Amino acid sequence: MTTYDFIAANKRKTVILIAVFSALVLAIGWTIDQYYGGGGFFVGVAAIYSTISALVSYYAGDKVALAVSGARPVTGAESPYVVRMVENLAISQGMPTPKVYLIEDEAINAFATGRDPKHASIAVTTGAVRKLANEELEGVLAHEMSHVKNYDIRVMTIVIVLVGIISVLANMMFRATFYGGRRRDNRNSASGVFLLIGLVLMIFAPFIAQLIKLAVSRRREYLADASGALMTRFPEGLARALRKIQQESMPMAHASAATAHLFIANPFTGKTLEGLFSTHPPIEMRIAALEKMASVPGT
Amino acid sequence: MGTLNAIMIVLGLLVVVVVAWLIAVYNGLITLRNRTDEAWSDIDVQLKRRYDLIPNLVETVKGYAKHESETMEKVIQARAAAMGAQTTAAKAEAENQLSQTLKSLFAIAENYPDLKASQNFLQLQDDLKDAEDKIQAARRFYNANVRDFNTKIQVFPNNLIAERLSFKKYEFFEIDNAERQNVQVKF
Repeated sequence: MTTYDFIAANKRKTVILIAVFSALVLAIGWTIDQYYGGGGFFVGVAAIYSTISALVSYYAGDKVALAVSGARPVTGAESPYVVRMVENLAISQGMPTPKVYLIEDEAINAFATGRDPKHASIAVTTGAVRKLANEELEGVLAHEMSHVKNYDIRVMTIVIVLVGIISVLANMMFRATFYGGRRRDNRNSASGVFLLIGLVLMIFAPFIAQLIKLAVSRRREYLADASGALMTRFPEGLARALRKIQQESMPMAHASAATAHLFIANPFTGKTLEGLFSTHPPIEMRIAALEKMASVPGT
Repeated sequence: MGTLNAIMIVLGLLVVVVVAWLIAVYNGLITLRNRTDEAWSDIDVQLKRRYDLIPNLVETVKGYAKHESETMEKVIQARAAAMGAQTTAAKAEAENQLSQTLKSLFAIAENYPDLKASQNFLQLQDDLKDAEDKIQAARRFYNANVRDFNTKIQVFPNNLIAERLSFKKYEFFEIDNAERQNVQVKF
């Protein structure tokens, strides 16, 4: 597969994710309609709801991700070191320069988000800037730039909001069975429906996790490592950075389950994300792959 | 009559295939050529940033090292030459010349502690390094495009028609950084 195939695959995955999500919400609306006899009212509500959340996740998913992580935008005047590095990587790829964000955190970590290279952001922790050497940080940033270039960011960003919304829905349904049930005793069947939907959504949760797994595949991480190494022409930089992350294993102060899959290292443990959903390949294998590239002359 | 018709159909299909291939190759080449030209204008943007920094740099050095006017004159001439260069090769040549003169300018700065400590000079040196890093980045993107374009017109069977359609090989842009290498002080 070439880069263009990956871009096409990512765009397709985004559409599928939104379609599955909308179908799920519509199914919930239809179920409520059946029990309440709403005559299509709840399906309408569900349609509006899913449309709005799909639009929000597409256009504002990156802002949500950045806000949840406590990232703040930096300019070239404030932090010329990082901003220039990102600018140079962008120029060498003929890409627009992504917005650069800093996260006040001692752990070494970074992520990219956005919907396409024109609307992309890269966030790095201050710990990464401080602890990583020049070429190591460049390796990490190049890895994130590849996620931007391959449209990985679009899929990963949309996952955040949609998964978030589904878990909120599941919560609401579950609560409604208790609070709603107490007030209207004659509506036992209705609260039963909410309980059912809540339960179904809870059962769906692993399935949603599976979706994330599909969206954020292991191969994509290898690809981002490889094309990042091609950008810097120095695979060892990223390899060394990964090793530093591995050795440090420092969790981030504000880690969130919703955005964990975005990061280069697991924000909860500081290790690479092998344990969470096994979306990331083991770090040793990534380092080994990078070192193999480094030993081949002319790459 | 039947065989004649069959031959006509086969010939017709052949013509269609060849024309479709010609169009595909031509359009592909145009896309790549435009991308390469665009990459060249990206280099131009970055080179201009460097040109713009040089007068300031010369003025700053002048303030501290009045007796080195010969070196500064060379820098200004090299800058003018680089700005006037037209072809890729001439541009690369002139840019390398400019980098050389800048190197000697920085070598001179070594002899003037006040200049070396000047905030303005340090800032300019930093900006110049950034400009040169960006030139290198733009150069890499341009060269990657040149490589793709040249490969496309050289592979068989594209090479049979590329020249006739007046697609010519692009030259790689090879330049050095003034700041990258350590300053060599000559005695």
